[in-house]
Amino acid sequence: MSVVDIENLSIEFPTRRGILKAIEGLSFSIEAGEILGVVGESGAGKSLTGNAIVGLLEPPGRVSGGKITLKGRDITHLSENEMRRVRGAEIGVIFQDPLTSLNPLYTVGKQLTQTILTHRNISYSKAKDRAIELLTEVGIPAPELRFDAFPHEFSGGMRQRVVIALALCCDPSLIIADEPTTALDVSVQAQIIALLKDLSRDKGVATMLVTHDMGVIAEAADRVAVIYSGRLVEIGDVRSVIDAPKHPYTRGLMDSIPQIGQNLKYLPNIEGAMPRLDGRPDGCAFNPRCKMVKPVCREEIAALRATENAGQMAACWIYDGGHKYV
Amino acid sequence: MSEQAILEVRDLKMYFDVSKPLVTRLMNRLPKHVLKAVDGLTFSIKRGETFSLVGESGCGKSTVARTIAGLNAATSGEILIDGKNLTGQKEKSSLSDIARRMQMVFQSPYASLDPRWRVRDIIAEPIRAYGLADNKEDEREQVAQLLLQVGLSPRDGEKYPHEFSGGQRQRISIARALSSKPEFLICDEPTSALDVSVQAQILNLMTRLQDDLGLTYLFISHDLAVIDHVSDWIGVMYLGRICEITPKSELFRRPRHPYTRMLLETIPDLKGGTERKPMEGEVPNPINPPSGCAFHPRCAFATEKCTRERPVLKGYDMAKVACHAVEDMRI
Repeated sequence: MSVVDIENLSIEFPTRRGILKAIEGLSFSIEAGEILGVVGESGAGKSLTGNAIVGLLEPPGRVSGGKITLKGRDITHLSENEMRRVRGAEIGVIFQDPLTSLNPLYTVGKQLTQTILTHRNISYSKAKDRAIELLTEVGIPAPELRFDAFPHEFSGGMRQRVVIALALCCDPSLIIADEPTTALDVSVQAQIIALLKDLSRDKGVATMLVTHDMGVIAEAADRVAVIYSGRLVEIGDVRSVIDAPKHPYTRGLMDSIPQIGQNLKYLPNIEGAMPRLDGRPDGCAFNPRCKMVKPVCREEIAALRATENAGQMAACWIYDGGHKYV
Repeated sequence: MSEQAILEVRDLKMYFDVSKPLVTRLMNRLPKHVLKAVDGLTFSIKRGETFSLVGESGCGKSTVARTIAGLNAATSGEILIDGKNLTGQKEKSSLSDIARRMQMVFQSPYASLDPRWRVRDIIAEPIRAYGLADNKEDEREQVAQLLLQVGLSPRDGEKYPHEFSGGQRQRISIARALSSKPEFLICDEPTSALDVSVQAQILNLMTRLQDDLGLTYLFISHDLAVIDHVSDWIGVMYLGRICEITPKSELFRRPRHPYTRMLLETIPDLKGGTERKPMEGEVPNPINPPSGCAFHPRCAFATEKCTRERPVLKGYDMAKVACHAVEDMRI
């Protein structure tokens, strides 16, 4: 059974100039022990999806349709109080910047024990033991000593480890990691990814890894979901999506990543930019930039369909009803 | 080499005093703390080439860029542009001429453009500062040309920066940098705030401009794949010093310094999907760097000598490496 199920999720922002649809008809699920990578350009809606799952959408943003199910329980429209019990206990969240997600005025130990005590009915000394255990687990040296340290006394990589420990406090079944390595150096990045992978493998945690870095995805994720302009355009096993992308956008994206030893003078690139929320074209949102565009692409949006690769799906007219594809 | 070098940096040092305030220091008898952000850098860049500096955050690569651009006054050392010394230059007129020929593109296209200025004013500012336009009409013409050159439309000049996406803003930054007709651009992580598809557009633009205008680039980045794509020469920095300088092909084919090898191993492998080796440890505190070779606590080849003696750059074929292990032919 999957840990989290997203069905037909839509998110909108009412504005004075009308309703802006940020996410439309998004569906995916994550199994226990699986890491699903979610990629897309900034503004595509990947962080928004993560925030919707943990109930942290910034008003006026709201879920306008669809369903989010966590371990069989519908959590789409929980009250703030109910959601608070889910968040932290069932879902752990790791944000991009470890400096802003920790409180600079409290010691790391206090932040950890506080979180544990909020969700668990145990004594302080038990919570402290657990906190030190967590710090050990995420690879912080001398955890007993670091327990009383403040966030500013840690380096960037170590701070991100503390944030991960914080997310793990109550053995969550789902972790949402929103660009967890973007603020870190490549060398430290590899350490954090290795840690995330161990966690999902050893503890069976389902992880949603939101990032724009394909290198991170290639290394950490089992499956990848590609989001373009608020819609899922491709989803599949990580190796097939990276080695044989099906959607023209994913293809363009993969080609535009520079690679060592490639020795190209110019990188292949996708011309233009992702449309703004209020300026989406009719039909497929990618059609103005697409090299394979057909008349039907300018009229209707293609549904997510199976491709010749098992388990890999793409939302493109190439795979959706060949008869329309002329 | 110095014949055709457009930029020459000799033993450049940039120290920052990070001590507590004087009174606190005297009362608590604290020592002075000096952060050696750049500690004795020597390199040169030939006209029309791209020289890149790569390293982890905190290694001093941005400080080098800012010091060469004149945003910091160097503690010591020399910066020569076409043989003319920039440091200790008193005469304002000649300094301004050198400054015109050297411009900078910053990392964040959000922070580097004034939100209250129209794009045409942002781009025209250097033209006005150096008096490069004969009249208003000429200035407008130049701005329009620059906008076209970076792939925007002359009409975009009327807009404000917030009306543009990150990639378009970086194009505006580049147009501004080009407006004083420079020969040399310092680019400090110009694409690291951008999405990959946009990054490709900006890198292609920079390549095209280099061809069209014969520009020389000093390129700063932490992304080795980007570095490989743009560079002719690469300098690898660690804690304020260069540990290896080599032509691009050499660096990726035959990395010599243990730190360079470690950096290369941490590159995520897109196609193969192999697990990269997580690099051990982190960059030490630059206020109190390790003795001898600053890399020795993380180095697998470190010996007692490395903790004691600081290695100097020595030549091997095309490359220059500062490492005892390489010198003693242990690796």
